[in-house]
Amino acid sequence: MSKFFLVRFSEAIVALWAITVIVFALTHLSGSPVDALLPDDATPEQAQMLIEEWGLDRPLLVQYFTFLGNVLQGDFGDSLKWRGQTAMGVVLDHLPATLQLGSFAVLIGVVVAVPLGVLAAARKNSAIDTSANVLALLGQSIPNFWLGIILVWLFGVTLGWLPTSGRGGFSHMILPAIAMSWFQIAALTRLTRSAMLDVLDAEYIKLARIKGLGERAVVWKHALRNAAIVPLTYFGVLAGSILTGSVVIETVFAWPGIGWLAIEAIRGRDYPVVQSVVVVFAVIYILANLLVDLLYAYVDPRIRR
Amino acid sequence: MPPPAGGVARGSGRSFGLASRYPLVPITILMIVLVIPSFFADLIAPHDPYAASVPNRLEPPVFAGGTWEFPLGTDRLGRDILSRTIHGAKYALSISLVGIFLGTILGTAVGLAAGYFRGWTDRIVMRVVDVSFALPSILLALALAAAFGSSFEGVIFVVVFVLWSYFARQVRGEVLSLRERDFVARARVAGAGHGRIIFRHILPNVMNTVIVLATLQIGVVIILEASLSFLGIGIPRPTPAWGLLVADGRALVVSAWWVSLIPGLAILLTVLSVNLFGDWLRDRLDPKLRQR
Repeated sequence: MSKFFLVRFSEAIVALWAITVIVFALTHLSGSPVDALLPDDATPEQAQMLIEEWGLDRPLLVQYFTFLGNVLQGDFGDSLKWRGQTAMGVVLDHLPATLQLGSFAVLIGVVVAVPLGVLAAARKNSAIDTSANVLALLGQSIPNFWLGIILVWLFGVTLGWLPTSGRGGFSHMILPAIAMSWFQIAALTRLTRSAMLDVLDAEYIKLARIKGLGERAVVWKHALRNAAIVPLTYFGVLAGSILTGSVVIETVFAWPGIGWLAIEAIRGRDYPVVQSVVVVFAVIYILANLLVDLLYAYVDPRIRR
Repeated sequence: MPPPAGGVARGSGRSFGLASRYPLVPITILMIVLVIPSFFADLIAPHDPYAASVPNRLEPPVFAGGTWEFPLGTDRLGRDILSRTIHGAKYALSISLVGIFLGTILGTAVGLAAGYFRGWTDRIVMRVVDVSFALPSILLALALAAAFGSSFEGVIFVVVFVLWSYFARQVRGEVLSLRERDFVARARVAGAGHGRIIFRHILPNVMNTVIVLATLQIGVVIILEASLSFLGIGIPRPTPAWGLLVADGRALVVSAWWVSLIPGLAILLTVLSVNLFGDWLRDRLDPKLRQR
């Protein structure tokens, strides 16, 4: 048990460390870090300050550890585009918007996909099963950025029901959240369906039926409780698709979260902000995966070894 | 699933023999949308994909009141959308083929080595695979684009990064059990070296899995490439890549919906057909992959 935790925890640390190495290496491979980290109109005095603060005149290994030390304190330098703010400050300002949209998208995904997957499995080869299959196939095949634009065109422009972009009331969240959860619905439906099919074959389900329990209780209570563990493992992958989704969907809908921020920062050549977004994203993603694994081990004792 | 010819229907009706043996609908769509345009873009496309023509800007498609001069309409600079979409197929096909080819070779080689030699090789390789799984591709794409700007090489690098660990993990798993089989032991007794055992005896046995996995990844890779291009961190402008074409229409959605709609449909049709074809191939070559 404790060994399992230890292994997973050290893996998470190594993955985070790998991200810092990549970010550091890219700053140096692309040319002088002084150019990357300072605005074009910087004075020689500013360049000198940066060189001293980050130890840029020292050997590469020393530079890396200075960088790592700064990163551990959340210090990525000052933003070049959003003047007068630190890079990390800009990112933290935009983080709540991303979390809000992301969690709403996950909520939609679970609320739609789990019942659909259960019904599809309970009535195998019925019309509902077929439509769940079609939905899963379409979910994999429709690019979400295009879906977002089409949704805006249909519901924002043609019908005029919902706002087309920006962050405001609840209505602003509906279209981006649907576009973001689209792929997740497909994947989660498929996973729930196959997990349910496995469980419905099990002996204890037969027993429940023999006992004379109603079909509804068998499916929704006995079977779903045991099948729900499989989609749980998928939430780690889901965290990844939400990160990617947040970059793409926030850009489509001009939703001011950190995904949108990353693209704006790349356009504005604001390297410190891009670095901060990458590291914050990595921390969220790796923590989410770690949490899912630990939760899974807690729920299912068979995998703690 | 919609009822494409072939696909699921097996051996029903002799007159449909060919249709049930091959998934004709996905193959036909792929030929029309992806393969033929990739190779013959210059012959088929009615206009130069880069030629701007200001008087003809934002012409609607012919089914929405446009003219046959520009059957699928024009964009903000008066460039023909049909021609640009046809030329876009080249980039979708070449990037996904090159990326998948490199990623598959790298992943398979690493997986073969890890599964065959086990021990330290295996342990180190699997650690690297785990870490690589733990890093979402979008982060690498963002960091690369921020450091070097958008480029073809960058997109391919991201694709290879996404794929190699996936192939390495699957191939390793198969090799671990293959290497214990009798025919490997016999080859060893017959004096075959490691290289010969790996390439002549083990590799052919994992080929089916590798081919099926590679086919199933084409759709994923095309969407990944299109997403990166859409964000401006993939294929550089003014290349008429599909993701960039959709991006061109984003700001025009109020007035000119067709600018985004048409190239997006090309992506959708391609990926849908590739996925249907991949499912068929998996059932054909490697049914055990089905349980996922």
